[in-house]
Amino acid sequence: MIAFDNVAYSYGGGELLSDISLRLTPGSFHFLTGPSGAGKSTFLKLCYGELLPSAGRISLFDREVRSLSRDDIALTRRRIGMVQQDCQFLDHLPLAANVALPLTVAGKTSTPQDLTDLLGWVGLGQLADAKPPALSGGERQRAALARAIIIGPDVVLADEPTGNLDWEMSLRLLTLLVELNRMGKTVLIATHDLNLIRQAKAQVAARVLRISKRRVQLAGADL
Amino acid sequence: MSLMSLIVPDRRADRQADRVVPPSGHTAWLTSFTAGAMAFLAVFALALSLAAGRLADRWSDALERTATVRLSAPEDQMQLQTDAVLAILSTTPGIATARAMTDAEQRALLEPWFGPDLPIDALPLPRLIELTETGSGYDGEGLRQRLAAEAPGAVLDDHTRWRRPLAVAAGRLRLLGLLSIGLIGTATAAMITLAASAALAANAQVVRVLRQVGARDAYIARAFVRRFTLRALTGAAAGTLVGMIGVALLPSTDTAGGFLTGLGFQGLSWLYPLVLPPLMAVVAFIATRAAAFRKLRELT
Repeated sequence: MIAFDNVAYSYGGGELLSDISLRLTPGSFHFLTGPSGAGKSTFLKLCYGELLPSAGRISLFDREVRSLSRDDIALTRRRIGMVQQDCQFLDHLPLAANVALPLTVAGKTSTPQDLTDLLGWVGLGQLADAKPPALSGGERQRAALARAIIIGPDVVLADEPTGNLDWEMSLRLLTLLVELNRMGKTVLIATHDLNLIRQAKAQVAARVLRISKRRVQLAGADL
Repeated sequence: MSLMSLIVPDRRADRQADRVVPPSGHTAWLTSFTAGAMAFLAVFALALSLAAGRLADRWSDALERTATVRLSAPEDQMQLQTDAVLAILSTTPGIATARAMTDAEQRALLEPWFGPDLPIDALPLPRLIELTETGSGYDGEGLRQRLAAEAPGAVLDDHTRWRRPLAVAAGRLRLLGLLSIGLIGTATAAMITLAASAALAANAQVVRVLRQVGARDAYIARAFVRRFTLRALTGAAAGTLVGMIGVALLPSTDTAGGFLTGLGFQGLSWLYPLVLPPLMAVVAFIATRAAAFRKLRELT
C-alpha cells in the first residue's frame, strides 16, 4: 500500500530522514515512535503526499508519488484518512458537515443515519450541530478520526492523536483505532506515548517503528 | 468547469462547493463595488465611443457630398462670372445642384466671427457657389481644369482638407472610447484578481483542510470562482443600470447641441450596455480562476 525505498528527506540544508525502506502492508498496525523533532510528522506527511522525498522512491498504492499530479494526490488522499495532532476544521460548518467533508468533496453522500451512527461510534452523537470551536480537545480528536474514516479509506494515519487527551480518552481513541484495524484498515500511529503502545499491543498485533538517527528501525520487544 | 456551470444556481455540486468557503468578508463588497463602478464607467465610455462614431459619420456625410466654388472677380464682372460658373456646373456630369449663395447667406456665415454689423457690401468678398453631387460623384480634377480655363477666378473646394481631420479626430475619439473600455476591463480583472487572491490567502486553513480530505483544486477553485463571478455579475448589473440612467438623464440633442448633448444611446444601441454585466462576469470568471489555481499551488 505504502512503500518506501531508500527514502531521504532534507529540510533547510540538513537531512531529517535518510535511507528509509519499509512497507505498510494491508491490515497491518504500526506505531511510529521517536523523540520530538525526530521526524515523525514528516514521515507521515511523506506517507500521504504532502511532502515529496528528496531522494529515494515512495509508492502510494503502487504509484510513484513523484509521478502523481495534484489531482492524483487528491484522489489518493481519499484512500488515506489522516488525523492530525492539531485537528483543523472548517469552523463555520457544524460538526456533522465537517465529518462528512471527505464525502462532500468526493461528490458522494451519506445517509443521515450513517452519519449519526459514525458520530455515535466516536461518542459525538449529541454534538452533530455543534461548531468546531465549541469542542474540547478530545472531542476534536475523535471528530478528526470520524472524518478520516467516513469515506472508507484503506489506510488511517494518526499524528499524536492522544497528545492532548487524558488517559481515559486516549484509551477510548485507541480502542476506536484497533476496531478500525480489525475491520481491515491499515493503521499507522505516530506517538511518543509508550504506555499507549503497550496498551495497544495487548489488543492487537502491532509493530513498532522507531526513528533514530534519521533512520526508521523496527523496535524490539522491550516496549 | 464552465461559466454556465457556475452561474446556474441550482447545481447541487456548486452549492456544496460554495458552502465550504466561509461567508464572505471585505472582499465581497469590494468585488461588487469594483465591478459596479467599472461597469458604470464602461457605460459612459461606450456612450462616448458610440457618439464619436455617429459624429464621424455625420461629419463625413455632411461634407462628403457637398463642395463650394469660391469665385473672385471684379465687382462689375462678378455676376457674369457667376453665371459662367453655374453654366459649367450645370453641364458637369455628377453634379446634382449648384446655386450661388445670397448676400444674406454669406453674411450669416461670417456673422459668428465679425458680428451682425459687418458692412458686407463694402468688402471685396468672393461669391460662394454651393454644389451637391449625385451618388456617382463628379470628376474633381476635370472640373478644376474647366474652371481654370473658363472662369480663372473660380476655385473648387471639395472640403477634403476639412473633412479629413474631422473624420480622423472623430475616429480617434471612438478609438479612445474603445480603449477606455479595454482598460476598464483590464483594471476590473486586476482588482478582482487581487480580491480573489486575498480571499484565498485569508482562507488558507480552509484550503489546507480541503486538500487534506481529498479535494481537487478544481473543487476548491469552483467555490471561490462561483462566488466572485456572481458578485461581479451583480455589481456590474447595478453599475450598468445606474450608468444607463445617468446617460438617459443627459440633455438630448438639439439644434444648438454640440457633441456633448449627443452623448448617449440611440435606438437599438440602448441594448449594447446590457452586454457589460455578463462581460464583467466573464472577466471575473477568468481572473478568479487563474488567481485561484495559482494561489492553490502556493498554499498546498
